[in-house]
Amino acid sequence: MVAPSLKLQDLIEEIRGAKTQAQEREVIQKECAHIRASFRDGDPVHRHRQLAKLLYVHMLGYPAHFGQMECLKLIASSRFTDKRVGYLGAMLLLDERHDAHLLITNSIKNDLSQGIQPVQGLALCTLSTMGSAEMCRDLAPEVEKLLLQPSPYVRKKAILTAVHMIRKVPELSSVFLPPCVHLLHERHHGILLGTITLITELCERSPAALRHFRKVVPQLVQILRTLVTTGYSTEHSISGVSDPFLQVGGHSSKTMTNTSPLSSTQVATNTDTSRNAGNAVLFETVLTIMDIRSAAGLRVLAVNILGRFLLNSDRNIRYVALTSLLRLVQSDHSAVQRHRPTVVDCLQETDASLSRRALELSLALVNSSNVRAMMQELQAFLESCPPDLRADCASGILLAAERFAPTKRWHIDTILHVLTTAGTHVRDDAVANLTQLIGGAQELHAYSVRRLYNALAEDISQQPLVQVAAWCIGEYGDLLLEGNCEEIEPLQVDEEEVLALLEKVLQSHMSLPATRGYALTALMKLSTRLQGDNNRIRQVVSIYRSCLDVELQQRAVEYDTLFRKYDHMRAAILEKMPLVERDGPQADEEAKESKAAAQLSEAAPAPTEPQASQLLDLLDLLDGASGDAQHPPPLDPSPGGALVYLLDLPCAPPPPAPIPDLKVFEREGVQLNLSFIRPPENPALLLITATATNSSEGDVTDFICQAAVPKSLQLQLQAPSGNTVPARGGLPITQLFRILNPNKAPLRLKLRLTYNHFHQSVQEIFEVNNLPVESWQ
Amino acid sequence: MIQAILVFNNHGKPRLVRFYQRFPEEIQQQIVRETFHLVLKRDDNICNFLEGGSLIGGSDYKLIYRHYATLYFVFCVDSSESELGILDLIQVFVETLDKCFENVCELDLIFHMDKVHYILQEVVMGGMVLETNMNEIVAQIEAQNRLEKSELLAWGL
Repeated sequence: MVAPSLKLQDLIEEIRGAKTQAQEREVIQKECAHIRASFRDGDPVHRHRQLAKLLYVHMLGYPAHFGQMECLKLIASSRFTDKRVGYLGAMLLLDERHDAHLLITNSIKNDLSQGIQPVQGLALCTLSTMGSAEMCRDLAPEVEKLLLQPSPYVRKKAILTAVHMIRKVPELSSVFLPPCVHLLHERHHGILLGTITLITELCERSPAALRHFRKVVPQLVQILRTLVTTGYSTEHSISGVSDPFLQVGGHSSKTMTNTSPLSSTQVATNTDTSRNAGNAVLFETVLTIMDIRSAAGLRVLAVNILGRFLLNSDRNIRYVALTSLLRLVQSDHSAVQRHRPTVVDCLQETDASLSRRALELSLALVNSSNVRAMMQELQAFLESCPPDLRADCASGILLAAERFAPTKRWHIDTILHVLTTAGTHVRDDAVANLTQLIGGAQELHAYSVRRLYNALAEDISQQPLVQVAAWCIGEYGDLLLEGNCEEIEPLQVDEEEVLALLEKVLQSHMSLPATRGYALTALMKLSTRLQGDNNRIRQVVSIYRSCLDVELQQRAVEYDTLFRKYDHMRAAILEKMPLVERDGPQADEEAKESKAAAQLSEAAPAPTEPQASQLLDLLDLLDGASGDAQHPPPLDPSPGGALVYLLDLPCAPPPPAPIPDLKVFEREGVQLNLSFIRPPENPALLLITATATNSSEGDVTDFICQAAVPKSLQLQLQAPSGNTVPARGGLPITQLFRILNPNKAPLRLKLRLTYNHFHQSVQEIFEVNNLPVESWQ
Repeated sequence: MIQAILVFNNHGKPRLVRFYQRFPEEIQQQIVRETFHLVLKRDDNICNFLEGGSLIGGSDYKLIYRHYATLYFVFCVDSSESELGILDLIQVFVETLDKCFENVCELDLIFHMDKVHYILQEVVMGGMVLETNMNEIVAQIEAQNRLEKSELLAWGL
């Protein structure tokens, strides 16, 4: 045997003694050589020490794979010391991708059935950390036996191992389901904690388990109650308690709503918030209230608790409060609005995590009434925020401006401000959006071009701004030189100044090739707009005929030719551009739809052929309309237009209709009714509200309704109120159809329903007969 | 679920590295380095939650950390864990270390890396919280240490 090996402590001393990285490597390499030799010699007495050293070295980042077999030998040894290190090594070095890991299965089996408690604990720990699917299947019976052992130490470990096994091998759920209810009767907190995790995992995997556990909900609430009312023995039992509340609440629905409000308020009022643990429980309470379908009063209570947390001096609390409010803002918008000032204050935080959350929440809180104030705050934030948040902030502001802009001028101002402050961080389509917006607002042409000219004169480095400004100056240069604009101070702009500015842009090294292209085209357009002669422009254009950039060169040559040979056509070619339709997204949507239809017909196997062709039939009827519920097009700010797009905001309920309602579908208790309204101010418009109700014993889920009308009509489907109708007269789903029928063509309507009912998926396609004549005449 | 538990000092040297999801060795080291850089930038009076780095997982993962004297204790968790609860857990872990080592300091963690692993195994198992009661944990550790000591004596080591 070589010289007596170092103890772990001594090795560490040596490594720390090394002054440089190279020295450290040397020490470690020498020691690893010793270790390898010792492993080869097979010395059983010191093996555990060698492996411990190897694990240390592994943590520092050095290779340690040659220790894998030694782990196996150590685990198989009978001494606790050996097993301890061996199992640790297995957890750190082995993984399911190496075949070697299967070899420890037998050792684990022996240890689980015959070992003393600490050994059983070690084995379970290893199994839950690196157990592969095969190992889990082999060892499931052993673990199951251990679940019912008297010792709480082993049981709690066995429970968590069971959770890991279910994650790896979902079929084992059936094995571990029966003991759960029994385990809930335990008083030991560790066991309860583990059991709750196990039940959560089971419920997530299978709805059958969920039903099974719904029965134990009252029991869990009881546990919670006792813990709350009798006070806390150790502060950390609280963290264990917060779990039953959250997890179960998240999964059960109606059964919970009756019993939990009482518990929620009790917990909320009794919890001592001076300790962090108390706050944690309160948060979990709030989250549970959000997850289950609570009464409105309870939800307001939750929001108020979160609002209180926002004012807390502890930043962690504020962070969690902001995160939770973000989750709530979709469903309880008005309640969260009340805390808007506090949220906006959080924007000023120096803490990056907090300000990011505050930004997200602020953007979610913008609506049409507070948009001006919020935009001011957000723009102020944009100027001072850290660079990684700039892009998000800029795009958020632009999106919100698109949705809620009160006037066009305000919209243009806002975009302009964003471009000047954070020009380099905006999305690529911002330029296109702005040019289109300006183009559409004829009354604001003079205003926009002046503002842009001023901005450009100050700073030519922000590329999106320069591009838009160049385009505007080109298009509306004549308005710029007129000098009259009542909205901003009159400014005398000289022709020469304008040309000089554009030339500056062209020559600047900061300008991108695309920007140069814009500037060159603008110069060309100015040749028709300006009064003076075009020598200067012709000069610049001819210089660029030999530019290295191919695009610029091509443009310059074309423009030059325009001057020389086709001068008579120049004015006509360079006229003002007509308004560009927002084609882009629309064209994409139509392409997507036709692709989807093509894929459906190709990929569908024989039995689903008829459905696919029926879908195609529906799409035929849909030709020209703006699409069915599956492909909502994006929101378009441009006003009017014959095509209407889906709106995000819910529509107000239509006024009572004189046209009688029509029941169009009934099957096993599920009914679909249509009600019709023709608003008097718009005779071509027909509003149909489809209501789906459920009087059966089973829930209806994933309910989707699609509709199609003949080509001469236009159909728009708004988003349904939901896609689930609970059993026995639960909340129905309503969906609004807007039909434009300017030619008063006879109304035909074809509907396609798909939903899940009594664990079967149902699909129905039918044409609606007996449509009342008043709906289209 | 807890994805990883990392303990390193103010210079980035790892003192405890435990992953509950499989990563190859080089990636593990990279994660330690990246986490260190992220955590180092944080001021002392801002909140203890960080959106995680790109290596250890997507947008679902957060880093929850606490700074004690010369050491950073970082837990990387996914969204199913309560953030404040994990903060508490870190406190429990450190207090347990304190009890087991008697006024624990960085040197204890350096020289007794294996013991720290054993203590951690009693608190977090397979990425899930096992036990939060400090007395229970300490009792178990002491029982195991006694067992080991008696064995070593028997073998004359």
